[in-house]
This record gives sequence, structure tokens and C-alpha cells, in this order.
Amino acid sequence: MAYAGVAPERTTFYEQGTTDKPTGLKSWLLSTDHKRIGIMYLTAMMFFFAIAVSLGLLIRLELLTSGPTLPFVNQRIYNSFFTLHGVIMIFLFVVPGLPSVFGNFFLPLQLGAEDVSFPRLNLFSFYLYMTGAVLALVSIVMPGGSPDTGWTFYVPYSYETGPAAIMAGLAAFVLGFSSILTGLNFVTTIHRMRAKGMGFFKMPLFTWSLYATAWIQVLATPVIGITLMLVLAERFLQVGVFNPALGGDPVLYQHLFWMYSHPAVYVMVLPAMGVVSDMLATFCHRTIFGYKAIALSSMSIAVVGYLVWGHHMFTTGISPTSAKIFSLLTFFVAVPTGMKIFNWVATMYKASIELKTPMLYTLAFIFQFSIGGLTGLPLAALSTDIQLHDTYFVLGHFHYVAFGGIVFAFFGGLYYWYPKMFGRMYDERQGVIGFLLQFIGFNLLYFPMFMLGLKGMPRRYYDYLPEYESLHALSTYGSWILAAGLLLMAWNFLRSLGKGEEAPDNPWEGTTLEWDTTSPPPLLNFDKEIVVTRGPYDYPEEETR
Amino acid sequence: MSHDNSHAHHEPIPYHVFVIVWIALLVLTGITVGASIFFPGVIGITVAGIVTPLKAFLVMYWFMHLKYEGPAMKIMVASAMIILLILLAGLLGDILFR
Repeated sequence: MAYAGVAPERTTFYEQGTTDKPTGLKSWLLSTDHKRIGIMYLTAMMFFFAIAVSLGLLIRLELLTSGPTLPFVNQRIYNSFFTLHGVIMIFLFVVPGLPSVFGNFFLPLQLGAEDVSFPRLNLFSFYLYMTGAVLALVSIVMPGGSPDTGWTFYVPYSYETGPAAIMAGLAAFVLGFSSILTGLNFVTTIHRMRAKGMGFFKMPLFTWSLYATAWIQVLATPVIGITLMLVLAERFLQVGVFNPALGGDPVLYQHLFWMYSHPAVYVMVLPAMGVVSDMLATFCHRTIFGYKAIALSSMSIAVVGYLVWGHHMFTTGISPTSAKIFSLLTFFVAVPTGMKIFNWVATMYKASIELKTPMLYTLAFIFQFSIGGLTGLPLAALSTDIQLHDTYFVLGHFHYVAFGGIVFAFFGGLYYWYPKMFGRMYDERQGVIGFLLQFIGFNLLYFPMFMLGLKGMPRRYYDYLPEYESLHALSTYGSWILAAGLLLMAWNFLRSLGKGEEAPDNPWEGTTLEWDTTSPPPLLNFDKEIVVTRGPYDYPEEETR
Repeated sequence: MSHDNSHAHHEPIPYHVFVIVWIALLVLTGITVGASIFFPGVIGITVAGIVTPLKAFLVMYWFMHLKYEGPAMKIMVASAMIILLILLAGLLGDILFR
């Protein structure tokens, strides 16, 4: 045992709640237990993820052939499809996903705490999230049609188009508040609720990544909120901020938008890196290589990530001086990111790797995220970006980071922590087959986008020239294989809830604190005060295989 | 639990301190408005750029009790301010040299 003073207790948080009655709908909807809130986030996010995936499949289906393919999709509807796909996927799933689901469930467990610092605020964050989600869904049925601006809401189009764009912007504003409050809660929890003996450098790397993420959430998210409010002020009060006709500057909108939205990429990816670090140590059964370097590189990514937003704007006519600085700074982000990847690879070197499903997702993350990261470099270079900007190359790059990296890490984390969250084991064989389908489908779906982009295929176009057809078709076939993998995974998780084998407390021989309590944990996580006596990944020498 | 006990207890702040800070804020607002009326353009904006952070400082330091907080809270607020400065510098790097 790595930790002293832990006495497992068999009443789980499913049987004991924070409300009068331990079970029933009310006991969930009013629960301030971080674990129940995490599971409510998970349920809601899987629903929104399914909607966004369906929209993505429709987009790919429309692009299967040159010219109109689906009879009910015209240019306007196609614009709505990619806008809603982006808004739902980014604001309702990828940005809040890892912190809200796994952060809520596992941060207090990994710290040896009973809950987060502000449990009621945590529940309030969840309801803000749901309010934002409802606003986003309402925007679909607004008079004048669904939002069609793209998820970036660029002006001047966003205040010239129908009112749905305003509703979607308002949704993003409310969701931003949810994100800020979650970040605030996590920063406070990490500072004030660590178990006795747990210094900062005894925290698991997932917790470190949440710490870096939480700072970004607190400091960067207000910028997008204010920006969206300025769009409203301009539209309804004719205040000249972004509209040249009123004396405003449309490029200023892009500055403000990307000041948030680029750091938001790190809100998405840092927790993914944290999950991957934890899973690597567990399935290699050894101390992670370069623990401090990985921990501190999360913080440096968080800091440098603030300074690079201008690389989204190289073709907008920003000053050459500024463009050069942003380009240089963007290359700097590759340094801490590269440090992580080298440390992960070094951890695997000569390790006896156990290829369970979560580890497969970890390996896929490293492979796909590396491609996503490296294809970011041509976009960070001023000369090549002029050719590649707003082409399918950008789509390929972004999806290799967001889906191939973050979402794969999310699924890996779900397999990894599923036994702890639900007290049941998933089906390993189905897990592996589902992973293979997703891996093949994903790469078939997104890799052709790099080639399409290099050939000049612009993003967000409803139609294209026949010369692009074969690559588009390949991409669409990939989407079907990926969807099959996702369905199998969903089936596996749902079926295992009832029919899965009972999970042991520590099925993977993990060393972080969440594995030292029961599966699922009791209401207050541990029934005795935790005393941490060694590092998070300290495997005794004789146990290192 | 290991506590980062940064919240220091302090005596209640006398009302006259708040009144003085309030008057200072009004005077500074007057300076900003006056500068924008009598010296519109670069001078007005420069004055606003200097006076506004000063006002923010007064509000945070006295009204929001930052003066009586421990170092952890001060570091948090300072880092937010540094980020804000960085964002403004990045913005001006484009607007001034475009």
C-alpha cells in the first residue's frame, strides 16, 4: 500500500447521497456529491456528443459526391450543420468534457479529499452548463433558421445573419461561466484540500493538468464572454466596436475571440495529457519518466498558450511585425509538448506494457496527437499558412488534435476509470474491437483531409470540384467505420452497467489514490484521513516488471 | 488536510477609508472624462489608459480587501493582471504596426 490510513467501506455513493433520500431522481438532481455531478455531466455530454457526431456524419454524407448528395440538404442547411457540429462538439463536449466529467469525479479522489472546495457551486456550474446547452439547442429552431456562422461567430456576418447566431453566442457565454466556476473550484480544491503529506510534487499528473487547465479557465474565459457581449451591444445598441461602418474593427473581434479560443484548446488538451500520463504509468507498471518535467510542462503550455492566438489570423491583414512574433511564439509551444511526448515514450522504453483497452487509446493518443501537433507547424509558419489557411488541412490538423488526441484520451479515460465509477468491468474483447474500428475509421476519415487541403480544397464549402471526389469519398467511408466503433463502445459500456463483472477495487494495479478506495467509492470517498507517504507513481523496485 | 492558510484576519476598515477611496475614484473618473472631452484622440486615450488601471487597483485593494489578503491571493490577482497586460501588448503589437 502506498498510502496509510485507508479502510475501505462498502456503502457506495450510489446508495448514500447528500439529499434526504439516497436514491431517486431528486437525489441526483440536487446532489452536491462531486461523483454524482461528474456522472450527470457524463450523461449529458454523451447525449450532446451523439448529436454532434450525427451532424458530422450528415456533413460527410453530403460530401460523398460532388454536387448535391442529400435531397434535404441545401447550402443554408449545410452551413447550419457544420456550425452546430462545431458549437456542440466544442462548447458542450470537448472543452468541458475531461475537466467536468473526470475532473469532478477524480480530482477529490486523487487528492484524498471528501469533495471539491465548493460543492454547491459545483452543482451550480452543472446547471449553468445545462442552461447553456438548452440555449444552444433552442438556437436550432429559432425563426430565420439555425445558426450558420461557423462555431467562431466571426463578425460582421454574425450580426448580419438571423437571430439564431445570437442565441448560440449567448449559449457560449453561459457555458463560459460554467467553465470559470469549475476552474475556480478546482484551483481552490487543489490549494486547500490536498491530503496530509501531499505536496504539489506528490500530486498525480492528471491533477497537475487540471490545475493548469483551471487557471486557463479562470483567466481566459472571461475574454470570450465580454467579446460576445460586445457583439450583442453592437447589434442592438449600434455601439461601434467591430463594425467598420460604425467605426469598429472586425479584426479586433478575431483577436478577442482567439485570445480565449486558443487557450481553450489547452483547456481541452491538457487534461487529456494528464489522463494519458496516468494511464501510461499504470499500464507500464512503472514510475513515469520525467514526472516534474511533465508536471511543469503543463504549466508552461498553459502560459505560452496565452501568447499565440494571432496564428489564427495571419491572413487577415494583421501587422507583419505582430505576425512574426506570433509565429515565433507558436513554435515555442512545441517545446513543452515535445517534452511530454519524449517522456511518455521514455516511460514505455523497456517497460512490460499491458495492452489493455485504455493503453491502446493511450498509444493512439500519442500517435495521433503527434500528427496533429506536427501538422500545426506548417500552419504556424507564415509562408506555408498562406497556402493552407482555411483549407481542409486545417480541418485535418484540428481533428487530429481534438478527436485523435482529446476524444481518444477521453474514451481511454472512460475505459480506465469505468470500473471505479460504476463498479463493473467492461468487456475487454469488445473494447479492443471497438478501439480498432475507431482507430482505422478515424485515420481514414481525417488523413485524406491533409491531402485535400494541400490540393487547395477550402473548408466549409457545400460543394467541390470532381477532382476532390475520391478523397472525399474515402473520408466518408472512414466516418462510417468510426461510427461503427463508437456504437460498439456505447453498447459495451451500457451492457456492462448491468451485466459486467463486478470490478475489484484496483483492477489495473494503479498507484494513485483513487485506486485505494472501493469501486465505486463511498459518499465521502475515504472513511479515514489519508496520509500520503510517497509519490503518485512509486512502484516498489521489485514490483516493476 | 494541508491548508494554504492565506486568509489573514484583520480589523474592520473604518468608513472614512471607503469614503476617501470613493472620492478618489470620482476624481479619477472626472480626469478621464475631462481628458476625453478636452483632448480627444491620443492624449485622451493615454490618460484613460493610465487612470483606469489605477482605479481598478483602488477598487481591488480597498473595496475588495486585497490589502488584507495573504500572498497566495495577491499572486493570483497579480497573475491575472499580468495576463491582461500580455493580451493588451499582443493586441497593440498588431494595431500600432498595422
